[in-house]
Amino acid sequence: MAEEVKGQKPKGKSQKAAAESSAPTPQPLAPSPSSLITIFVMGEAYQVPKDLTIMKAMEYAGFKFIRGCGCRGGFCGACGTVFRTKDSYKLKVGLACQTVVEDGMYLTQIPFYPANKKEYDIAKEPANTQVLVRFYPEIMRCIACNSCTKICPQDIDVMGYINAAIRGDIEKVADMSFDCIMCGLCASRCPAEIVHYQVGLLARRLYGANVAKKAPHLAERMKEIKTGKFEPGLDKLGKMTEKELSAMFYDPKVRDVEP
Amino acid sequence: MYPQNMQESIKRLDATREARIKQAKIPLLGPEPKKELLHGFHPDYIQSSMRALTVGPNKGDRTPHEIADVLEAWPIVNPAKFDTEHPKFDVDVLIIGAGGAGVSAALVAAAHGAKVLTVTKLRIGDANTMMAQGGIQAADKANDSPERHYLDVLGGGHFKNIPELARALVSDAPGVIEWLEELGVMFDKDPDGTMLTIHGGGTSRRRMHAARDYTGAEIMRTLRDEFRNQNLELIEYCVAVELLTDEHGACAGAAFVNLETQEHFTVRAKTTIIATGGCGRLHVQGFPCTNHYGATADGLVLAYRAGAKLAFIDTIQYHPTGAAYPEQIFGLLITEKVRGVGAHLVNAEGNRFIYELESRDVTASSIIRECKGRGLGVVTPTGRLGVWLDTPLIEVLKGPGAVKKNLPAMYHQYERFGIFMDKEPILTYPTQHYQNGGILIKDNSETGVKNLYAAGEVAGGIHGRNRLMGNSLLDILVFGRRAGIAAAEAARSAVLSEAKDLGFNHVAAFESELKSAKVPVERRSPMLLPEYRRDEFKTPFPFAALGCE
Repeated sequence: MAEEVKGQKPKGKSQKAAAESSAPTPQPLAPSPSSLITIFVMGEAYQVPKDLTIMKAMEYAGFKFIRGCGCRGGFCGACGTVFRTKDSYKLKVGLACQTVVEDGMYLTQIPFYPANKKEYDIAKEPANTQVLVRFYPEIMRCIACNSCTKICPQDIDVMGYINAAIRGDIEKVADMSFDCIMCGLCASRCPAEIVHYQVGLLARRLYGANVAKKAPHLAERMKEIKTGKFEPGLDKLGKMTEKELSAMFYDPKVRDVEP
Repeated sequence: MYPQNMQESIKRLDATREARIKQAKIPLLGPEPKKELLHGFHPDYIQSSMRALTVGPNKGDRTPHEIADVLEAWPIVNPAKFDTEHPKFDVDVLIIGAGGAGVSAALVAAAHGAKVLTVTKLRIGDANTMMAQGGIQAADKANDSPERHYLDVLGGGHFKNIPELARALVSDAPGVIEWLEELGVMFDKDPDGTMLTIHGGGTSRRRMHAARDYTGAEIMRTLRDEFRNQNLELIEYCVAVELLTDEHGACAGAAFVNLETQEHFTVRAKTTIIATGGCGRLHVQGFPCTNHYGATADGLVLAYRAGAKLAFIDTIQYHPTGAAYPEQIFGLLITEKVRGVGAHLVNAEGNRFIYELESRDVTASSIIRECKGRGLGVVTPTGRLGVWLDTPLIEVLKGPGAVKKNLPAMYHQYERFGIFMDKEPILTYPTQHYQNGGILIKDNSETGVKNLYAAGEVAGGIHGRNRLMGNSLLDILVFGRRAGIAAAEAARSAVLSEAKDLGFNHVAAFESELKSAKVPVERRSPMLLPEYRRDEFKTPFPFAALGCE
């Protein structure tokens, strides 16, 4: 015991503990020098192992993230990255946490981009064909260059939903923009200065709040809760012993499982 | 895209698919076989992975070494660097953390008339909430009831849950869904408005509400948008490094460091809500994790030093299905919804070995048993083990296109690596997912420290020893809202302490305990951000760069 308290487990010991545990093993081997490639982070060259994601490669190279790193799982939009590859004029894009490095990759992260967001009371906004244009009139300036779609790391047809927004088709905008993680790369490329993801967000909220039908069973349940219908049952359950609860839980007549 | 040995195993899986579809349902485990499986293979039962705490309110309680290492640790700040007599902000309610719990608390507290300030380590919405894919539970259909939900919650938690907390969870659930519906969350619905609900592990009714497989993201981006609509005050990239207490030991705000400018400042508050999330980035027992970059248990540490008791800190949830291949996404979450819509868990031989929707601790243990106990795991090129999730089966059961429709985020993730999960299965192994325990709260989110509240993953007691799928998105909103109400109401009658009486007395008291327990001075916390750089870049004291001692 005393030994354990003395300090953080020394390296050797914790490795051993990991081997005894259920943790997935083994740890990947250290990269051999031959598997190193060169990437350029904001112009500076770094040698990194070839199979890493951009995020892990930057950490390998010595970067400690404050911005530009979030959920590390492709959902939060913190790590939008723009890059070029060897001998190509094309500007490419990816999430640093999801994109594997390539030799000669020449990159920068865009962790933040100034956006324009309107304020609204969602309950009071009629879901009509005018509402998106009213809040974000700049969508009418779209020149159909398709830069937004080309840069989207989620492969969303961004220009397509902006066109739908111009037509006032809220349902279509909501559906087409659904996978948006609001990384902001579309806005960074738009010559018309549109902030696409805010338009998508407004459309989804309008659809969810004012277009989709409210769940009838939910309203019914709320009424029942207000009358206190479940209180006596919950009182009773709350006073039960572990043994009584366990008996109920494992009795298929009491707790049948819906197929 | 799979290497040869894995492709051969896939052939065996393809060969058994039809028989598996016709196979009778694998029965749920009874209490005894369940206990045997958990004791044999669940990581929580590895005694050498934990130790008893030697300081603080939970002295004597066992917890994983990785959590003990941050609880039994010296502060990172020098109190002299904070001008506590001149707080930068004076507010009614201070909220630390801006994930689902913090943002919902802020919205509700502000609606109750409080002056609210939210401060967060990274960005608003940078939280595990954003990553929750599968769904949110609520007993809102005719064949279901809050009582049934309660029994499921207790069964999942091995009947150790704190009854009043579980009751609050199930009672508020339909109200939370109604709130989200009004805010415009796009739940999966039939044209008549009926929610499309499915099973999660351990549910007796189909009560999992979803927004495709972006449920948490959809909830978080909606709440965040509403937060911005309400123009609530927010400070990002500032991390709480210690709470402030008054001369009676009550919480009176917190001390912060700006991660970008290293400015040190304090906030004086009548009431404080900790909503800092979980501890996945501590990597308990060397597991990979599904958690956000910021999930480093900071809130647990701060509250513990101020005297808050913690509950169930000896139990961690390992999600049964983390990605085991390809290596680039190793440990990332494969949502339970994949099993909810019908995918089988299949071993290297092509056989099922567990009913897929047992509670998470049971399912995870069965996968570990398959791989480590029975040698029936599939080996990856980097030597890792895993079992298959038969995702093409979803297309057979629900029709062509069902994978892409129900699991767009998952499909997209694998597509990037040349794996098409509507045609090929995916390989999984348990990954650290959730902190079952946390700061012990009452049903109004109060902690054991006066004027301090906790909500979300940082709080403990609701889920007992194991949380069910879909009860975490629920928990953060139920207790976030309750914390917001309680903290706003308490702030009405609370009297702000004199600034001269505010400080770090509780930290000094905790330090004398650390000294008696001979905790080495190099061990410091909170961790703030995890360290993934190569050893040669690591400094003996990583906080120096943040302006801490």
